This record gives sequence, structure tokens and C-alpha cells, in this order.
Amino acid sequence: MTSEPIPRPFAVLAAFAAALFLLPLLGLLVRFPWTEAVGALTSPEILTAAGLSLVTSISATALSIVLGVPLAMVYARARFRGLRVVRALTTLPMVLPPVVGGVALLVAFGRRGIVGQFLDSAFGIRIPFTTAAAVLAATFVAMPFLVLTVEAGLRSMDRRYEEAARSLGAGRWMVFRRVTLPLVAPSLYAGAVLCWARALGEFGATITFAGNVPGSTQTLPLAVYLALETRPEAAIALSLVLLLLSLVVLVALRDRYLPTS
Amino acid sequence: MLKADIQLPLGALDLDAALEAAPGEVVALLGPNGAGKTTFLRAVAGLVRVDRANVVLDGVVLEDTATGVRVPTERRPIGIVFQQQLLFPHLSVLENVAFGLRARHRPDARAAGMAWLERVGLGAYADARPAALSGGEAQRVALARALAIDPRLLLLDEPLSALDATTRVEVRRELRRHLASFNGARLLVTHDPLEAAALADRLVILEGGRVVQSGPVDEVTRRPRTRFVADLVGVNLLRGRADGGVVALEGGQQLTALDAGHGDVFAVIHPRSVAIHRTHPEGTPRNVWPGTVRSVDLLGERARVAIGGSLPIVAEVSASAVRDLDLRERAEVWVSVKAAEVGVYPA
Repeated sequence: MTSEPIPRPFAVLAAFAAALFLLPLLGLLVRFPWTEAVGALTSPEILTAAGLSLVTSISATALSIVLGVPLAMVYARARFRGLRVVRALTTLPMVLPPVVGGVALLVAFGRRGIVGQFLDSAFGIRIPFTTAAAVLAATFVAMPFLVLTVEAGLRSMDRRYEEAARSLGAGRWMVFRRVTLPLVAPSLYAGAVLCWARALGEFGATITFAGNVPGSTQTLPLAVYLALETRPEAAIALSLVLLLLSLVVLVALRDRYLPTS
Repeated sequence: MLKADIQLPLGALDLDAALEAAPGEVVALLGPNGAGKTTFLRAVAGLVRVDRANVVLDGVVLEDTATGVRVPTERRPIGIVFQQQLLFPHLSVLENVAFGLRARHRPDARAAGMAWLERVGLGAYADARPAALSGGEAQRVALARALAIDPRLLLLDEPLSALDATTRVEVRRELRRHLASFNGARLLVTHDPLEAAALADRLVILEGGRVVQSGPVDEVTRRPRTRFVADLVGVNLLRGRADGGVVALEGGQQLTALDAGHGDVFAVIHPRSVAIHRTHPEGTPRNVWPGTVRSVDLLGERARVAIGGSLPIVAEVSASAVRDLDLRERAEVWVSVKAAEVGVYPA
């Protein structure tokens, strides 16, 4: 493999760009508290936060699949006025500052929110500052990743397979379950992994909408942030663990995001 | 018995065509690309929206825009063999064949699917994925899958066009055999006149969304009514057995051809390659025989001359040749065809 000549200014700037990413990673490795790491990572509050993060991120992913796949189906196949606007608005969380999402969730589902006050008075349900709020916040920011990935998969699939299934007598549900879903499975898998990774890292919307309650809303990113002031070595150790997790996600999706050649 | 009358917008033109197919009959819908053949087939299956349609199969109305009846595709007793087979890539070969039976909640779906797979000689591939099959094998699985649901009508959309030339011959022969064992109506879409002639009893020629001619294969071949049909199907198609450079025809005559190969063949002679003489021709033509003029049809500056006798054939000559040779009904003539002009295709 021969390299094409790159103009010198480009090479220098590219090196700076790479350093911007690599130096912080290097810093985590250099400052990793090898001796105290095990103790810091197995402390009760960290284990609690890790367990909560696992629960909320998996719940958010499950919720995103159950609600997001039908949404992707509508986006890929339905045609009605206002569809593009709705689609744009539901994609917004991907670029929205998460804290704005948290505030928005609060005014909708908070105790005095437009939906929240009804839920409270009618059913006695209060979402903010509960684990449910943490799941909702994570779903809010993460579901668009799943929806867009599955929608792309649905758009690129060969729909004639669905026609073949219908000609064989399959009704809508059987066509979906036995043909459509298996054919978009790679997209669904990639979308779910992306969605889970985003949900796991969620910070801004969670701390705004769900708060920072150890055991019920304090997820790993919140614990890392909190630990940075009191026990920086725990924060560094946790950060490296989350970094490795992200690396695993990237490798799992290598066919999609890393060129193989 | 299928009766289908369909009208729908098709790009720049309208598809407006009707046809009938009797039980046990193979009807080929033949026409150039873009004529609306596949769209017609899809409309019969209920896969496209129509402006106006009346589709009746064995007395049951499947679609009638006048009364608002529209049976959805999944409830029409129609099996379809698609152009690219469209075997579900994520299911085993057996599950592909059993798919329609599972949709009908048949408890013996697996066993019945296996029986169909064995009927097309592919029982050994039951657990394989469709990707492991050759084009011809995939075609057989697609046919088994369509027939397994016991349809009253079988639709075949260019069933051989995705195959390479050598496989096509073999699959076509096999398709003929399997089509013969199916007792419902069969509608075949193709742009290949040879395929149509090999598989169908009757031709329906579609051009620009309209039926321009229909009838038994030999009739349409003998007397094409438009320039287009003449070009498309107006060839002399003869069946026989090849042995080296000689083809023994079914009627007992022999044709000399180049590289005819061995075995069952189609001998194809283009009408323009048939020369007509008033006296026994001298020179090199290898195939010479006498006949009687049956009909002369003028098509602009050219004329199609049907010649009867021991080896009936259609010739296409210029209108001036018709005058010079004084070709008219019952005229006695000699016919000659060069060996190099006899095309030979495995049957």
C-alpha cells in the first residue's frame, strides 16, 4: 500500500487533530490509579451507579426498540402532510444540547408540566427524580439513533421479498415478523448498539430531569462527575472503563463505521 | 379459468389490456421491455393499484372496481414465480418452500414442504441457505414454493431471464415438465419469443400497454398482424432431433444446419432467410424443397408468404419479388434455405 503525498500544512494540522483526541486518552492511561483502581471501582456507590446505568441504558434501548421500530416504519413508508416536520423534530435530540432536552422533559412531564400535572392528579404518577425519569431522559436522547438507522435499513431493503411473502399468503404481521424484521436485522442491531451506547453516556438531560439521587437516578456519568471533586482517582478509573466499553461498541459496529480496506 | 381486464397508468402510457387463460392452458404474455407485461401480472396478483380492473379466477371475483371488490394479495389463490426468484435469504431452502403452508397454519408444513422439495429433486438442500444454490436450483425452489400453496393460477415473471444461457436450456426443459403437471391456469411473462413458444400454448402480444394480437402460438407465428409482431415472433420455429449437421424434424423431413449439436432442438429460420423460386434452384443452398403458396400478406414494402407442403414455412420477401414471381395462392414454388441460416437451439 503506497501513500499519496499529503501537503505539509495539511499533515501538520492533521497531526494536531489526531493529538487532540489521542492526548486525553493517553492522559487517562498515564494517570490511571493502578494500585487504587480495584478499590475505587468496587466501592458501594460506584457499584450502585454501575448497576443503575445498566438498568436505565438497557431499559431505554428496549423502549427505543419497541417504540422506535414502528416510528422508523412510519418514516420509511408513510406519506402524509407534516411527516417531514415530525421527522425533523424527533431527530432534533441528536443535535440538541442534552440539558435543553432535560428542561423540555421537565416542562412536559414535571409535576407542574403540561402532561405531568395530569399524570399526578389523575393517577398519582410523578416521574421526575425517579429511575423512570432517568430511563425517559436516556430514551429521549438515544432513540433517534435507532430510528434513523432502522429507517435507513427499511429504505434500502428489497421490498419485493415482502410481495413474495404476501403472494404466499402471509398477512401483514407475518410479513413483518418473518420477512421485514429479519431482513433489517443488521440495521436494527447496529441501531440498538448505538442507542445503548448513547443512553449509557447520557448526562445532561438526566441530571436536569431526573436529578442526581444515588441509587435511583445517579448513573455512571453522574457518579464520575461527582467523584471528580472528591475522589479524582475513582473518576479516572471509571472514565477508562467507560472508554473501553465505547471501544467495544466501535469494534462491534466496525463494518458500519470503520472502513475495512 | 382466469379472466383479467386491467387498466392503470403506466408512466407516459396507459396499460389497458384483457386476457383469458383456461385451466391447464399456458398463456405467454409477450412483448418488449416497458410494454407493461410485468405490471399486468402484478395487477392480477393484486400487487399494484389499478384505475379499473375486473379479475375473475374460477368464477370468484378477485377484483372488480365497478363493485369495489378487492381481495388482498395474500388471499388470492395465486402462486408467483418471480424474475429473480426472491427466495428469502435468511430462511433455509425448506422453510422457503414451507412458508406459504405456515401462513395457512398447516400443521404438516415441514413435511409437505419437504415433499415438494423432493419433487423438484432438491431434498438434499433442505437445510441449505438459498445463497448456496445455483441459479437453476433456485428457480426450481421458487417454483416448488409457489406450487406448494396449491394455487389455482400460476404467474411466472420472466422465469428464465436471470439464468445464464446453458442453465436456461436445462431449466426451461424442467419448467415445461413441472408446468405440465399443474392443472390450473398459467400465465407467463416473457420478452423472449423462443421461451414463449417453448412453454406456452397461446400467445398474447402486448405492445405499448395494449394487446396487439393473441392466438395459438403457431397461428401468431404464421400470421403476425403487425410489423412489430412479425419482428418479435414471426420466425419459423421447428422442433426436431439434431445429429451433427442434420436436424431430423418431427414431420419426418431433414434440415441441414451448421453445428447443430445432438439431441432435441429448436430449428429457427427467419422468414427473410427463406428464398422462393419458381424452378428448382441451382447452386449452394443445402435445404431445398417444393411447396404450395397458401397466403400472401403485404406489410408495406414487404410481404409474408406462407408456403404449405411437406415442410410448411413462412417467407418474407419484397413486394416486387411477389410481382416478379407472380406469387399468389396455390402457386407451386421451390423453397431454399442456406445451412448457415438455420439457427439451432437446444429444446
